[in-house]
Amino acid sequence: MLQLSRIQSVGEAIRDATVTFKSNEALIEAERHRENGRWTYAQLRSEAERFAALLQEQGLQPGDRCAIVMQNQSKWIFSGLGALWAGAALVPIDYKLTAREQLELLEHCKPRVLVTEYGEWTKLQREQQLQREQQRGAALERTLVLVTEAPEGAELGPARRWEQEPAGSFRYCERSREDVACIVYSSGTSGTPKGCMLTHGNYLAQAEILGNLYPLAEDERFFSVLPTNHAIDFMVGFIVPLLMGGGIVHQRTLRPQFLRATMKKYGITHIALVPSILKNLEKRIRERLDELPGWQRQLVDGLIRTNEIVTRKAPNHRLSSTLLRPIHESLGGKLKYIFAGGTFVDRKLAEFFYELGIPVVIGYGLTEASTVITVNDLKPFRSDTVGKAVQGVKVEIRNANEAGVGEVWVRGPTVMKGYLDAPELTEEAIVDGWLRTGDLGSLDISGHLRLMGRAKNMIVTEGGKNIYPEDIEAVFEGLPGIEEYCVFAADYIWPRGSMIGEQLLVVLRPEGDWPSDECLQELRTRNRRLPDFKRLSAFVVEREEFPATASLKVKRGELAERLRGKARDEAVRGLDEG
Amino acid sequence: MTDVLDRLIRLAAKKYGADADALKADDDVFESLGIDSFAAAELMSELELEFDVEIPDYELQGVKTFGGLAAVIDKRR
Repeated sequence: MLQLSRIQSVGEAIRDATVTFKSNEALIEAERHRENGRWTYAQLRSEAERFAALLQEQGLQPGDRCAIVMQNQSKWIFSGLGALWAGAALVPIDYKLTAREQLELLEHCKPRVLVTEYGEWTKLQREQQLQREQQRGAALERTLVLVTEAPEGAELGPARRWEQEPAGSFRYCERSREDVACIVYSSGTSGTPKGCMLTHGNYLAQAEILGNLYPLAEDERFFSVLPTNHAIDFMVGFIVPLLMGGGIVHQRTLRPQFLRATMKKYGITHIALVPSILKNLEKRIRERLDELPGWQRQLVDGLIRTNEIVTRKAPNHRLSSTLLRPIHESLGGKLKYIFAGGTFVDRKLAEFFYELGIPVVIGYGLTEASTVITVNDLKPFRSDTVGKAVQGVKVEIRNANEAGVGEVWVRGPTVMKGYLDAPELTEEAIVDGWLRTGDLGSLDISGHLRLMGRAKNMIVTEGGKNIYPEDIEAVFEGLPGIEEYCVFAADYIWPRGSMIGEQLLVVLRPEGDWPSDECLQELRTRNRRLPDFKRLSAFVVEREEFPATASLKVKRGELAERLRGKARDEAVRGLDEG
Repeated sequence: MTDVLDRLIRLAAKKYGADADALKADDDVFESLGIDSFAAAELMSELELEFDVEIPDYELQGVKTFGGLAAVIDKRR
């Protein structure tokens, strides 16, 4: 039982664990079939202390920010933990963003220190140079940049090599539950970046909830595949395993064959995944089943049904892995839980794994509420909802319609302090202590939440990125023959009762009756230049002038309301159609 | 068209059933093959075998076109 009520900070909790579990294995870093290293809790402690001492030597003060732009690897954990022990607030930044997007976030949070890998740093330096030539961008001017894994003789500019920096003596810096532990960007790579300020109290509350619902034994291992900056992996792939004395495994590539090989080699028990990886695993298992001769296939189908019946009320890993040994072995043989953002998991996909005795833990969460708001407790497994509110967290449906569907509001110890340097956004998001999620849902009689769509104009990709249509609009400025245009999340205009496969579309007001071929061609070309998750998939033609404010800004809500009067199927045209 | 680019396009087109002759250096890999970044990682595994190179994931960040991908492979050969 994880009991953290007397602990003041995440750093303190993990520090205690490094003593309690000192001889346990804490980290393994793999690179394809090679192993780069493994570290016990005692070794992790000394690596993190050395990093903390290095920051303190450079004058880092409690509350200063330390940004990390790194792939999942052991140094992410050393630096993250070291920064917390030196009293810093962590700013984990997605290594998959473009350098320009990363610089925008760095400019917003103004970190005292940036820790990064050589590959990422070369990307950032190139972009900085470009911005300097265009006389814009001042990110990192007052930031100490520490670069790791730089080849000998590499040109690092103003940055320093982490490995060669001297470290003085280390002084552990105490923090309290109210202090900010992390600033996590939930979205916004243009427009106003939304940096969620999450406190030590937020994280401790969340870790206690998840650690007790889905415990990780000392000999069990979590495979950290989703980027560690992602709220889910940060919690279940970094904080929780370390608090429980378990191990974390990193693989430096996302190539599917190495992911499967790593699961086998290290006997992975817990993993957090996005649906696309889950689908790939499903495909492999189905291929294996299809390869079986007829009689064996019938036998396996029978065993799957038996397993389903005997484990319906609650999963029994030992029984399932005995009954269905060959299937479990293809995933390493020890897998107990797969965590997945429930909003995007196809019900059939979750059921497929559950029937094999591998529960997919479906949850619903927002970075603004640490990680998880509701979760399926697997007693029994229900793939039709995103589960019940976790302990201590209240969920209410506000402004419900006659069918009980309304906006999901959340209150509890995991709700963030606010957005960094954005009081107006904070005021919109948190009302009287309640977090407005902007999602539409309903609660059933047993308290299970069912999500139905969005109350705000945005989409969330399968990879967990929040996309705001306004952020994409500038790309389509000046399309030939277009008087006005506006980008929307299709489901915001026409809710479908589902949050899978959300799409963006542009509403065009052409000069004539229909946009010209030249305009549509230009639209397609510009659309292709956007990252895949920001691309439009359709357009709508609206011939009436858009409703606007006195300052000529489009009134999006009113325009959406007007469009809602049209039939979706008739109004929406795929971008590849004429 | 360079040798690497040509081989890369043919292999990718075969894997995803696209028309190799219609693909050009400036075309977007994800868009023209209709794949996401995870499927692209799978494709990279095959390209590594074909060209006998090892390309760390970070080198592929921000690479979108076939030409860009060919340049990364070329650099590692």
